[in-house]
Amino acid sequence: MRIKAQVAMVMHLDKCIGCHTCSVTCKNTWTNRPGTEYMWFNNVETRPGPGYPKSWEDRDRFKGGWELRNGKLKLKAGGPISKLANIFYNLNMADMNDYYEPWTYDYEHLINSPKTDNLPVARPQSMITGKYMDKPEWGPNWDDDLAGGSEVVPLDPNVQKLQEHISMQYEKTFMMYLPRICEHCLNPSCVASCPSGALYKRDEDGVVLVDQEACRGWRFCMNGCPYHKVYYNWNTHKAEKCNFCYPRTEAGLPTICSETCVGRIRYIGVVLYDADKVKEAASVEDPQDLYEAQLSVFLDPFDPEVIKEAEKAGISADWIEGAQNSPVYKMAMKWKIALPLHPEYRTLPMVWYVPPLSPIMNHITNENDLKTDGYIPAVDQMRIPMEYLASILSAGDTDVIRKVLLKLTAMRVHMRGKTVGGIDQFRQSELVKEAGTSPEEVEEMARLLGVAKYNERFVIPTGRREMDENLYFEQGTCSLEDLAPPEGVAYHSFGKGE
Amino acid sequence: MAAIFWWVIFPYITLTIMVLGLLYRFAFRQLSWAAPSTEFFEKKWLRIGSPLFHWGIIFAFLGHVMGMVIPKGFYDFFGISDELYHAGAIIGGGIAALMVVVGLIILLIRKMKFERVRAHATFASFFSLIALIIVAGLGTYMTIIYNTTVVSYEYRTTIGPWFRSLFIFQPKYHLMESVPFVFKAHVIAAFALFAAIPFTNLIHFYTLPLGYPGRAPQQYRSRSNYRKKGL
Repeated sequence: MRIKAQVAMVMHLDKCIGCHTCSVTCKNTWTNRPGTEYMWFNNVETRPGPGYPKSWEDRDRFKGGWELRNGKLKLKAGGPISKLANIFYNLNMADMNDYYEPWTYDYEHLINSPKTDNLPVARPQSMITGKYMDKPEWGPNWDDDLAGGSEVVPLDPNVQKLQEHISMQYEKTFMMYLPRICEHCLNPSCVASCPSGALYKRDEDGVVLVDQEACRGWRFCMNGCPYHKVYYNWNTHKAEKCNFCYPRTEAGLPTICSETCVGRIRYIGVVLYDADKVKEAASVEDPQDLYEAQLSVFLDPFDPEVIKEAEKAGISADWIEGAQNSPVYKMAMKWKIALPLHPEYRTLPMVWYVPPLSPIMNHITNENDLKTDGYIPAVDQMRIPMEYLASILSAGDTDVIRKVLLKLTAMRVHMRGKTVGGIDQFRQSELVKEAGTSPEEVEEMARLLGVAKYNERFVIPTGRREMDENLYFEQGTCSLEDLAPPEGVAYHSFGKGE
Repeated sequence: MAAIFWWVIFPYITLTIMVLGLLYRFAFRQLSWAAPSTEFFEKKWLRIGSPLFHWGIIFAFLGHVMGMVIPKGFYDFFGISDELYHAGAIIGGGIAALMVVVGLIILLIRKMKFERVRAHATFASFFSLIALIIVAGLGTYMTIIYNTTVVSYEYRTTIGPWFRSLFIFQPKYHLMESVPFVFKAHVIAAFALFAAIPFTNLIHFYTLPLGYPGRAPQQYRSRSNYRKKGL
């Protein structure tokens, strides 16, 4: 057993209102520099829709993630030898047209314009070439709230897989939001795709980072990541990605996207896993078994054996305690209501999603005289096709989705019964049986999902500064490289205290 | 005197600039050390130009090893006649040379034609492209035209030994005096280009990641320990 700790996130999609506050605060924090304009470490997609970059789930084109070849786990885009052979041109890489050409507006003109007959306007101006753009034709969230309609929705690879025809008529259509950050996978394909070894997974918390000094800009990570969450900075010629706001999480604070989330949809916590089991879990034959296989690598933080091993692996007591109180552990591993995004990519992603329920229940009109078990067929006839959710969250296995939705429905029914009354025998109902839950569990779930107190949503043990090389030496230095002397460079070499 | 300058002093000055520049950049300017790709801006022209140039220059490099580094005696030992060697060199080298030059011209046109690429092209990137075109153009002229119309020049007895003598610090500069002008120009331009490597995009070929196939696919680093090990 090789125990490692991983900081992970759950997003409760039922509560996402698609306000993009997460994207905006993230952008203001991390990617408002030249070369990073098009980078959205966090973005919110309207589904069904192509997402960002356009049709990123089209694996036939981008060849991201892993696949089984002759029973062995291989990078879908090709291993090291084929990468070196193709290092001069990367056929599968997305270019700027798949993202968008970032632009600003010529606001100066509003102030400096001479007096004219017509109102002066601020024309869009490319942030790449500085030239005016007569007509921007695509941008971030261009298709927000299904505004691309029947022209844009079919670009969604999940829609293309659906048997059923998706109607774009207003009263028949459906919609959900999908906020996305880097998945900080347990088996990251971006790390394996990097010829320079610049990408790595941090031992302490599992955050996947790019070493800016080691990165040589070969760009295989861009499409090696099936989620397209590694970006190429055209200004510095290096890769950049979501860093899970590690300067914040090290201080025990939630990431900026979570902190500012209006709907309180995000939960952060620690999970313990066995690194020796990762490869095996990613290599199961049937993609629909990957979800269960992924769950099998996590360890029970209450198991005395696990605690002993974790201590031996150098995981401190407050991290073990963090793992025990982790909201992620509860939702993803214990209650199994949070699912990984596209488990079929075999990267074992660590951002989990509770599938949305609300639009399904909307068409129950006679809720007053509905019996508990009357909700079961309602789950099966929901507005968002179960196949669609399954295509995103469970490699197409609708049984997994159905179980989660039943559980969430049971929670809703029970809590409604508790406050409004008038509901028949909940404990004995078929709904509870099919959902495999109990009133006690459901009440605990309702507390975490509904009340969602700050300290319960974010259980983040701080980074361990006492492990640093020499705190006395680093006192007064600044990590803002190139602006202040970097850590470890001081005026007296004898200060290092080796 | 001129011979001593061009075939002793100049090569050593340019190689020294290259080595010191590389060391300086490796030690203090890692953040700017990258393959300065513009694939993100434009893919269609790059798809033809980049592999053509890069594979061409790899073949050309191997050709130079065969001509400059491996002594003539080696070929004689294996019974490869001068005619056979030069026929191979002209055909193989000619193909590589054309690949390099055509690739470079495609890349240069691309750099000027596409606004997104042009907007971020620096003086250094134009400089290295044009310098490469000059060096490779001279090389192509020598290989394909000079060798077939004037004389199939035996550089293995002049330029080759001189080049090798540089590395044992006993430069045989007198060997270069009889060399035809185009060959001299090619050598001088190439050494000037070597000096420019640390200051241009060309630096990326010094970090071709040949260790990649040998390393573990997953990389873990400890926040508190990796610098201690690394530095």
